Amino acid sequence: MRCEKPGFGVTRHSSVESRDWGFGRHSRRMIALCVAGLLSATPAFAQGAAQADSGDTAWMLTATMLVLLMTIPGLALFYGGMVRAKNLLSVLMQCFAITALISVLWMLYGYSLAFSTSGMHAGVTNLHSFIGGLDRAMFAGMTPASLVQRVPESVFAMFQLTFAIITPALIVGAVAERMKFSALLLFTAAWFTVVYLPMAHMVWGGPGSFLGDLGVLDFAGGTVVHINAGIAGLVACLVLGKRRGYPHTPMPPHNLGYTLIGASMLWLGWFGFNAGSAVAANGSAGMAMLVTQVATAAAALGWMAIEWLIHRRASVLGIASGAVAGLVAITPAAGTIGPGGALLLGVLVGVVCFFAATRLKHRFGYDDSLDVFGVHAIAGIVGALLTGPFAAPALGGFGTVTHLFRQLGIQAIGVGFTVLWSGALSLLILKLIDWTVGLRVDEEQEQVGLDLALHEERAYNLS
Amino acid sequence: MKWITAIIKPFTLDDVRAALAEVGVDGMTVTEVKGFGRQHGHTELYRGAEYVVDFLPKLKIELAVGDDRLDHAIEAIGNGARTGKIGDGKIFVTALEQVIRIRTGEVDGDAL
Repeated sequence: MRCEKPGFGVTRHSSVESRDWGFGRHSRRMIALCVAGLLSATPAFAQGAAQADSGDTAWMLTATMLVLLMTIPGLALFYGGMVRAKNLLSVLMQCFAITALISVLWMLYGYSLAFSTSGMHAGVTNLHSFIGGLDRAMFAGMTPASLVQRVPESVFAMFQLTFAIITPALIVGAVAERMKFSALLLFTAAWFTVVYLPMAHMVWGGPGSFLGDLGVLDFAGGTVVHINAGIAGLVACLVLGKRRGYPHTPMPPHNLGYTLIGASMLWLGWFGFNAGSAVAANGSAGMAMLVTQVATAAAALGWMAIEWLIHRRASVLGIASGAVAGLVAITPAAGTIGPGGALLLGVLVGVVCFFAATRLKHRFGYDDSLDVFGVHAIAGIVGALLTGPFAAPALGGFGTVTHLFRQLGIQAIGVGFTVLWSGALSLLILKLIDWTVGLRVDEEQEQVGLDLALHEERAYNLS
Repeated sequence: MKWITAIIKPFTLDDVRAALAEVGVDGMTVTEVKGFGRQHGHTELYRGAEYVVDFLPKLKIELAVGDDRLDHAIEAIGNGARTGKIGDGKIFVTALEQVIRIRTGEVDGDAL
């Protein structure tokens, strides 16, 4: 009788615009679908009432694969090209292993803790506003007939899994070239459990979820994915310490060709990320795709222009970084922003992230190797804040926001909460691992490179 | 007999080889090397981090010639490798005591 409780299949809270689940419009039908899907003991009824929309389903199957492509090989290559040749395999390995590890944890308990709606009530803040229950562990109750909106629940669970994969993989960039592989796996498992799953639940859990009920707009994961990972990256590189020789020893990227290929795959895959977050093949998905392209292009040009102005050159690493900053910034806004807002947001974030990655980091001297904080956290914060005002029809948006500053304030609460949540818990996890198994490789291993030292392999055997 | 070692810009290799062939030198050894002289290096900039790259990629060509061909060979290398800009390279000439062709056992002038 799960469906009598608030959550999937029941009227959504009026202020929850973070994801257009469409529950309001389809609530009665959804109850029927949900009952049919979850209580499949009545197959005749299930066949009669529960029908997935084949168009929606086809798009969500595709979007899921696009988001998986973002991590392997997109992000892996984007990061891999930026490290030195002796550490290429370590970065690829970390992204690949995270993909496998999170997939298994997602089945065991991740999906349940993030998306179980048991015990949630719209407008009521209780334990389940912060974390889901374990009743859906091992995908309990899921059958081929189970539905979320008009797509099979299996597809919805897979789609959300790809988000859970890329978030910890983003952190790899902050700790590259010096973290122990065992420590990274431990950190990934702990961080996924303690930081990611509650964040995902608080924003996307549906009626009764903590940040969703506050009215924080986050269409595709600006807080849950990018600010969350960016802040964890900053904390991780501070706890871990600088790479040996940083910043005096040159550590130039070893293959910017890989980095540009990776950035291109991220750009492509991001259409699955943003347009897929509509969980339907509809106009909302189409507009999300359009504004994603506009913001990304504008941010790439924004970074390129400011770099040209200041450093007298337009660089490959610069334009690729700008594009990623634009993709990050548009993520929370993709469901509500208009094309004009996307253009402004893109240019702005391209310029802001240029200064964050080239000035802020050198000013404070932390070694965020591949600028996870400078790109993901900063662009995520700018995007999450401006999602508020740009959702207003007065600024060309498609949301229902009328009080621009009030929504900006709500967005700020979402951002502030994410920064504190991710910062504090990441610090705790990292310290615990440091005190037990240790976070860093030793000096000699770092000198030799992680590929040989940890994996006993070499990326390039040129003779 | 003389041993000529020349450091040249990589893209001039084809011209140097052709010029040497014209004066009858048809054997050499080429190695990719890095170094700097008066040209020094250049700077690279990655997300605001500036690196000075001291060592530039060059080619080292090595060949043995008889005394009678030395001047022609030096002239040929110079003509092939000269661009007029800083960093064109240098030619070093040293005395060569003995040459042996491994296959036949020929020595000196016969082995060149």
